[in-house]
Amino acid sequence: MADNLETTVAFWYLAIAAVGAGVLMLASRNPVHAAISLVIVIFHVAGLFVILGAGFLAVAQIAIYAGAIVVLFLFTLMMLDMRRLPEERVTHRQIWLGIPLGILLAIEAVVVSVGTPEISESIKGAFPPATVSELGGSTQALAVALFNEFTLPFLGASVLLTAATIGAIVLARRIEVHEQADYPQARPGSSDEAAADQSSAAAPVLEESAR
Amino acid sequence: MDFWAWLILITKVLAVFLLFAIGAMPLVLLERWILGRMQSRYGPHRVGWRGTLQTAADGLKLGIKEDMIPAKSDKGVYWFAPVMMVVPAMAAWAIVPFGPEVEMGRTIGLWIADLNVGILFFLAMGSLGVYGVVMSGWSSNSKYAHLGALRSSAQVISYELVMGLAVLAVIIYAGSLSLIDIVNAQAGLWFIVPQLIGFLLFLIAAVAETNRAPFDLPEAESELVAGFHVEYSGMRWAFFFMAEYANMLLMSALVATLFLGGWRGWTIPGLEALTGVFWFLLKCSLFMFGFFLLRATQPRFRYDQLMNFCWKILIPIGVLNLLIAAGLRMAWS
Repeated sequence: MADNLETTVAFWYLAIAAVGAGVLMLASRNPVHAAISLVIVIFHVAGLFVILGAGFLAVAQIAIYAGAIVVLFLFTLMMLDMRRLPEERVTHRQIWLGIPLGILLAIEAVVVSVGTPEISESIKGAFPPATVSELGGSTQALAVALFNEFTLPFLGASVLLTAATIGAIVLARRIEVHEQADYPQARPGSSDEAAADQSSAAAPVLEESAR
Repeated sequence: MDFWAWLILITKVLAVFLLFAIGAMPLVLLERWILGRMQSRYGPHRVGWRGTLQTAADGLKLGIKEDMIPAKSDKGVYWFAPVMMVVPAMAAWAIVPFGPEVEMGRTIGLWIADLNVGILFFLAMGSLGVYGVVMSGWSSNSKYAHLGALRSSAQVISYELVMGLAVLAVIIYAGSLSLIDIVNAQAGLWFIVPQLIGFLLFLIAAVAETNRAPFDLPEAESELVAGFHVEYSGMRWAFFFMAEYANMLLMSALVATLFLGGWRGWTIPGLEALTGVFWFLLKCSLFMFGFFLLRATQPRFRYDQLMNFCWKILIPIGVLNLLIAAGLRMAWS
C-alpha cells in the first residue's frame, strides 16, 4: 500500500486521528466542540490527500471547508450562544436502516482495501499516476478534467449555487420590504407611538413571510 | 531522504522558528519607538540603553505572570485558542523563499519547502488564523471577547476573497502556483508594474487580515478594550502578540515575493545568496514600516464602512482586475 516507512506512519496516524475526531464530533453535546472536531477531521483528510499526491485538493479542502464553511458554522453557533444541546435519545427508528447500511459499507471497504488486484485495478479512475505526471501535476490534471470533460456539470453547479444565494437574499430581505410598504417610518415627535405600532405590526408580517 | 537532507530540513525549520521566537521582540520595540516619534513623545527609553531592553523586560514580566483562566470559560478551547493562533501563522512560513539556491556541497534552496501549490497553502493557512480569534472569543465567556470574535470572523472571511482575487491575477501572470516560480517569473519585470491594482488590493486585504489598524475592529482598544483576547494574561497573551507579528511579517514577505520580485535585485557576483536575503529583508521591512505608519496615522473603520468597502468596492475592482489580467495574458500568448 505505502511506498516507504514515513508514508505508512503518516497514513496510520492520519487515518486513526480522522476517524477518532469524527467520532468525537458525533458524540459531542456541545455544538462548538463538534465544529472544532469537524475542523480536525478536515485537517487529517487533507493530510491523506497529500499522501495521495493531490496537493491541490488538500489545500482546497483546508481553505474552503476549514477556512470558510466551518468558520460560518461557528459564526452562527456563536450568535445563537448554544453551550449545550438538550439530551436526546441516541437510538432512533433509523437505526434499523442504519445498521445494515453500515455493515454493507464496512464490507465494501474491506473488499476494496484487501481485495484481489483485479478489483482494485477495475476501480481505477481516468487519471492514474502516470497520466497525472504526464499532464504536469495534480493541479493541471484537475484543471484538464474540470474544464474539458466536466465543464457542463461544473457550470451547472455554479449556476445552481448562485440561484440559491440569490434566493436566500430575497427571503431574508422580504420582511424589511413589507414593513416599509405597509408602515411608514416614524414621524418626529411621535417616536413612542410609532415604535409601539411597529412592534405590533411585525408579528403578522413575519407570519405572512413564513407562509 | 538521507541523513543530510533531514538535517538540512530540521536546521531550516529551526532557523525560521527562532526568527519568530526572537524576532518579534525588536519589532515590538521598533513599533513603539516609531509610534512614540509620530505622536511627539519618547516611546520606551528607560530599560537598557535608550530603552533597548524594554521588550525583553516585558517578555520576562509576561513569563512570570499568573496564567488566569476565567470562571465559566470553556477550559479546553480557551487553552487551545492561542495555539491555533500561532501555528497557522508559523506554518505558512514554510513556503516563503528567503533567497536563491545556494551551492554548499549540495544545492540548498533558502526556503523550507517548494510546494507546487505554495501560494494556495499560504491562503489556506491565512484562513485558519481566524480560528484562534473565534475560539478565544467564544471560550472566554465575555461579551467583549465575543463581539471581537464575531467581528473578526466576518472581516477575515470577507477580505480573504479580496486577497484571493489579487493573488489570482499574479498567478495568471506567473503561470504557476509555486512561489519560487513566481519569483523567477519576475526576473524581467516586477509584478507591481502590470499589477498595480492587484498590489494595492493585496496590501489592503493584508492589513485587514492581520487585524491591524485601520482594520483593528476585533481588538478596538477604545470600545472593546482588547476584543477577543481581553481575558488572556501571561504567556498565553504573549502568544497572541507573537502571532500578530508573525502574521504581519508573513504578509510583508508575501507582498515582497508576489509583487516586488522577492529576493531579486542588484547582486554582487559570488554573493548572490547574501544579496538575495538582503533585498528580501529590505523589502519586508519596507512593508513592516508601512504597517506601523498606518497604525499611527489612520482612524479605525466603522463596521458598516468596513463591509461596504470590501463587498461594494474592493471585490468588484478585484474581479475586474482579474478579467483584465486574463484578457491581457490571452492576448500576449
